Amino acid sequence: MIQLIAFYLFAGLVVLSGCVTILSRNPVHSVLWLILAFFNAAGLMVLLGAEFIAMLLVIVYVGAVAVLFLFVVMMLDIDFATLRAGFIRNFPLGMLIALVLLGELVLGIGAERAGAIHLGTPDGNNAAVAGASNITAIGALLYSRYLFLFEAAGIILLVAMVGAIVLTHRQRGDTRGQNIPRQIARRPEDATVNRSPAVGEGVVL
Amino acid sequence: MIGIEHYIVVSSILFVLGVLGIFLNRKNIIVIMMAIELILLAVTLNLVAFSAFLHDLTGQIFAMFVLTVAAGEAAVGLAILVIYFRARGSIAVDDVNRMKG
Repeated sequence: MIQLIAFYLFAGLVVLSGCVTILSRNPVHSVLWLILAFFNAAGLMVLLGAEFIAMLLVIVYVGAVAVLFLFVVMMLDIDFATLRAGFIRNFPLGMLIALVLLGELVLGIGAERAGAIHLGTPDGNNAAVAGASNITAIGALLYSRYLFLFEAAGIILLVAMVGAIVLTHRQRGDTRGQNIPRQIARRPEDATVNRSPAVGEGVVL
Repeated sequence: MIGIEHYIVVSSILFVLGVLGIFLNRKNIIVIMMAIELILLAVTLNLVAFSAFLHDLTGQIFAMFVLTVAAGEAAVGLAILVIYFRARGSIAVDDVNRMKG
C-alpha cells in the first residue's frame, strides 16, 4: 500500500514538475522545477530497487548539470520576454506533434500488452547476484564485463570537459599570466650575486 | 501492485513533455536543453524499469552511460551557448545559421 502511494506521489510530481519546467516563464524557475523532476525520478528508481542509479541521478543532475544550467542562466544577461514571443504561435503545432507522439507510444504499449511483441528474455549473464546489494552487483559487472565501456565513458567525460574549457576560455589582455619560457630561461647566475662586503659597509645593488 | 506498465506510462508522458517543450520554446535554447534533459530522464527511467522487472542489470548499466552522455552534452552545449552569447549578445536560435564559423 505504501508502495502504491509512493509511486503515485512520485509519478504525479515528476509529471507535474516536467509540465511546469517547459511552461514556466522564467528559466530560473524552469531549472528549479527540473531539479524537482529529477528528485522525484530518483524516488521512482529507489522504488524499483535501483538505488545506485537513483543516487547518481541526484549527484550528477542536481549537483552538477542543474547547477550548470542555473549558472549559465544567471550569468548571461538575456531578455527572456522576447524569446517567449512565439510561444502562443507554436502552441497548436507543438500540441499536435506531442499528441501524435503520445498516440504512437500508447499504440506501442497496447501492442505489447496484446502479446503481439515478444520482448527478449535476459540471457542471465547479467542477472543480479542473489543477496548482493544493488551497488555491489553493478560494481561487479561494471568492472568486469563492461570495463572498456566504462573507460570509454570516462574518455567521453574527459573530452567534454576539455571541449567546454577550450570553448569558453578567453585570453584577456589585463591578466598577468605565467610566462613559462622566461621562467625556464632564468639561470642562477642571472638571478643571484655573491658579495663579501667589508665590515661596516653595506651592499649597493 | 505496480507493474512495468505504470513506469512505461510515466516515462512516455515525460518523453512527450520533453518533445512538447522543444516545440513550445523554439527560441529559448536554454529551455530546449532542459527539455532534452527531460527526454533523457524519461529514457533512463524506462531503462531502469525494464532492468528491474526483468531482473537483469544491463539496463541500469546502460542508464549510467546515458547519464554520462547527458552530462557531457549539457556541458558542451552550455559552453557553446556562452560563446554564442559573447559573440552576438543574444541567444535567439533563429539566426544561428548566420554564424558561418
